[in-house]
Amino acid sequence: MPKLVSHPDEVKVISRRFGTGAADIEKYIAQDGYKAVQMALENGPAWIIDTMKASGLRGRGGAGFPTGMKWSFVPKESAKPKYVLVNGDESEPGTCKDHVIFLHDPHAVIEGTMIAGLAIGAKMGFIYLRGEYRYLLNIVEKAVADAYAKGFLGKNIFGKEGVDFDIVTQTGAGAYEVGEESALMESLEGKRGVPRIKPPFPAVVGLYGGPTVINNAETIAAAPHILLMGGEAYAKLGSERNGGTRLFGISGHVERPGVYELPMGYSLRKAIYDVAGGIKDGKQLKAVVPGGSSCPVLKADEIDVGLDFDQMAKAGTMLGSGGIVVLDETVSIVEFALRTIRFYQHESCGWCIPCREGTDWLKKTLTRFHAGGGNKKDIDNIQYLAENMMGRTFCPLGDAAAMPTLGFIKKFRSEFEEYLEGKRVDHPLIQIQPIGEPDTIGAAH
Amino acid sequence: MSAIASTIFSPELAARFDKLVTLYPLKRSALIPMLLYAQDEVGYVSDACVAEIAQRLDLLELDVRNVLSYYSMLRTVPAGKYNVQVCTNISCMLRGGFELLDHCKHKLGIGHKGVTPDGLFSLEEVECIGACCWAPAVQVNYDFHDDLTPAKMDVILESYRNGNGKPESVDKEAV
Repeated sequence: MPKLVSHPDEVKVISRRFGTGAADIEKYIAQDGYKAVQMALENGPAWIIDTMKASGLRGRGGAGFPTGMKWSFVPKESAKPKYVLVNGDESEPGTCKDHVIFLHDPHAVIEGTMIAGLAIGAKMGFIYLRGEYRYLLNIVEKAVADAYAKGFLGKNIFGKEGVDFDIVTQTGAGAYEVGEESALMESLEGKRGVPRIKPPFPAVVGLYGGPTVINNAETIAAAPHILLMGGEAYAKLGSERNGGTRLFGISGHVERPGVYELPMGYSLRKAIYDVAGGIKDGKQLKAVVPGGSSCPVLKADEIDVGLDFDQMAKAGTMLGSGGIVVLDETVSIVEFALRTIRFYQHESCGWCIPCREGTDWLKKTLTRFHAGGGNKKDIDNIQYLAENMMGRTFCPLGDAAAMPTLGFIKKFRSEFEEYLEGKRVDHPLIQIQPIGEPDTIGAAH
Repeated sequence: MSAIASTIFSPELAARFDKLVTLYPLKRSALIPMLLYAQDEVGYVSDACVAEIAQRLDLLELDVRNVLSYYSMLRTVPAGKYNVQVCTNISCMLRGGFELLDHCKHKLGIGHKGVTPDGLFSLEEVECIGACCWAPAVQVNYDFHDDLTPAKMDVILESYRNGNGKPESVDKEAV
């Protein structure tokens, strides 16, 4: 069971019911549960969208698009049914925030889905969880069944004549790419998770061809809290143009890794040194990957920056999914870059050639480089490959692989150059499998 | 009574599938859950599973295989009774994921995607499983095990070997 952590600097909005047993519907109701959706029923779609816009909430999946704006793009009249799709395919390395939401507060996701549905005029919502989260899917399925039993879901919700809302939960089966919104729709339609070209955007042509709002599970879970406390009050918790709080998962070489809810704009330095207790075993900080593995790396002297979408962009990186991965002085950047690109090569769906071929060649080059067989041209080649993947694919996976790679080369070029001089990692973690031999070779033995 | 005259699945799973196809605007949406639930019961997605799922969803077997080959959790060969999935992605790597994988390889005597001769365990190096803040993490089938060391891993493997499933607490036993 994931350990719950706490720190005085936390501002608990989304996480305020964590650890209180709120997966139980009665306990959820006792803590203002299902009040927000009834307010939404009373006040109507325009009020919901205005409140969401005022809250300054921006998509927590990584792109940071304003949620109220996204909801307002859905056309009022539509010949085809409209849908809400909750993205719980959390797969970005370094990210485990939705994990704790589903575990501790599944009803907040259900209530948020209903609110989004009321805002856009949908009668059906889907909550999609990655396949690995089976125990969480069981928790969410039970929560949905309990909500049906109470009359909160189904026909005439909360006794309101003519207002219907259904929720279907869905499991994935292992695919990072499905976290991209159009690939997610493909997967939910029972197909390979390959992206669709945009436009048309999902708000116009989405799931089953109908207008669809797709939000990250954390974004959706924030909606009930925002309606309860008011948009302006929520916005005030955060920084300029970045409303509210968000869940940051701090992992890697820190003393107290965990998921913490911090106000938007909170100092990255304080998040690492105060909230997460500083670098593990008294070592020195080397680098930080600030928002999941696709974000360009920050060096140890670049962490005096606020954790919001705009400040991170200004610092040349991204807030992404809020997964902060901390690297101490002992980490080989070449090895770390190789492990990162191995992931993207594995997860590239193969639809767009720059990503399929680019990630593969990056992996091959970095593997050889890491094993001590790099030559001078390789560093420039890696950069050239990555630069040519940027912006040339249907979905952002190609960019997600290229951006961190460019960051590593730019900021730690000297470390790559050291490899050329015959130096290499003393005890490499990543082993190359000799062809034709059983795969049981380990570094530690 | 199942929608399929002679189903290869248990009555419970067949009933679940009957219901599943009615939930969505298009029944094809049930495909990925069906493949995974079939695998949970049969151990892998066999040819017979593919045939029946195709029949239930009015798809070609080719359509089903096309989807089947995409998702990394789905397999077409049996795995061990307990499939040990070790994450070595960045957060786990920084806290000993590779050491844990090596430990499992030696302990079980098998490599990535290998199965022990008694069919009890299989081993897989997997990509991020969403337990980054509790790294290094391992999934055995669907059970999560967090904050591991090789010693804790031994206790966990032993518990599965003895048929006791996920141990209640590992910390006390493995000091």
